[in-house]
Amino acid sequence: MSGHDHDHHDDHSELSEIELRVRALETVLTEKGYVDAAALDAIVQAYETRIGPHVGARVVAKAWADPDFKRALLADASRAVGALGHFSRVGDHLVAVENTPQRHNMVVCTLCSCYPWEMLGLPPVWYKAAPYRSRAVKDPRGVLKDFGITLPKETEIRVWDSTAETRFLVLPMRPKGTEGWSEDKLAEIVTRDSMIGTGFPLEPGAPS
Amino acid sequence: MNGVHDMGGMDGFGKVEPEPNEPMFHTIWEGRVLAMVRAMGAAGAFNIDTSRFYREALPPEVYLTSSYYKKWFLGLEDMLVETGFIARGEVAEGHAQAPAKPLKHGKFTVGDVERIMVRGKFGRAAQAAAKFKPGDRVRARNIHPATHTRLPRYVRGHVGVIERDHGCHVFPDTAATGAGENPQWLYTVVFDGTELWGADADPTSKVSIDAFEPYLEPA
Repeated sequence: MSGHDHDHHDDHSELSEIELRVRALETVLTEKGYVDAAALDAIVQAYETRIGPHVGARVVAKAWADPDFKRALLADASRAVGALGHFSRVGDHLVAVENTPQRHNMVVCTLCSCYPWEMLGLPPVWYKAAPYRSRAVKDPRGVLKDFGITLPKETEIRVWDSTAETRFLVLPMRPKGTEGWSEDKLAEIVTRDSMIGTGFPLEPGAPS
Repeated sequence: MNGVHDMGGMDGFGKVEPEPNEPMFHTIWEGRVLAMVRAMGAAGAFNIDTSRFYREALPPEVYLTSSYYKKWFLGLEDMLVETGFIARGEVAEGHAQAPAKPLKHGKFTVGDVERIMVRGKFGRAAQAAAKFKPGDRVRARNIHPATHTRLPRYVRGHVGVIERDHGCHVFPDTAATGAGENPQWLYTVVFDGTELWGADADPTSKVSIDAFEPYLEPA
């Protein structure tokens, strides 16, 4: 970038080749009557504003606070989450897997980028990129190191490769020092990465 | 197909580098591509397995050097051209030039958006009794289909244990090529790290895949 180009707004004077092709395809699809542009706007807006890790965080917080819900979640996550009503957008085939002192779970999709969109939103770039997809199954501890995480040597690591339409949500361990917290407060410490298995929840009192 | 998309166990791609405060979309066009794929899929132009197959079939050098949404775009364009919904020249010109081809579910409009915010259902009625049950030892078959499959290379020939039975699901290998849903039993199969990666592997690691019954044989 040259020195005069300091601001971070997109420079629309020159569209990249891919931008032009995407625009051209959208024009063709709308002119042919396959899609309404307004429907595309609505899809983008839904992903930008409605779905995201806050949904999964509510589910985890509820599982921490409510033992009956936790049992139901681990038995059949789609049914348990669906029964919460306002989370009814969950689809079939959601599987929740519980971290314990004996076992740490981590989720990957080596073949593409399957991810529990309804719980966590769209996946981050690293989840879809070659380094994570290639190494998670062969060297999970090395991958966790890239995230600044070291597990005890004796802890079993279980990697779930999402090769079918099943989707996995990691139920992280509830941090000590959160006894008596409300579900709202608990949800605030549940990070996206803790639900993928590449992170932990925030420690109580840590800056978020 | 034994493509570069089948990345499990490959070396040399470097460290995982999370991006702090990553935006939902890095550019506007990424969101438009996502929306077009979702909309055209929901309208019945293709199914999810076909869309994966088209991305896998991109030339290896294109697959490895394109961003996620660029792969989505290239796969979408190829798929719509080859299925006759658009012509390559129309995208080059930026305008429709030929009549539309009817979509199975009709035009995708604002009223259809809520429908796609819930995941599709892939469970289907069983066509036959399940061959395996939790606890059974199974070997991932040494198969190398040239078309779409969800059996990753790194497990082929290796022995694991059935852990869960997920019922019968649409079989991606046939759905991807238009050969039908052909429902098959789906199981979580767990492998020891040392079974997959040899004696030097982390002895505390286990890896599972979700495997369709035709991928498995008794061990």
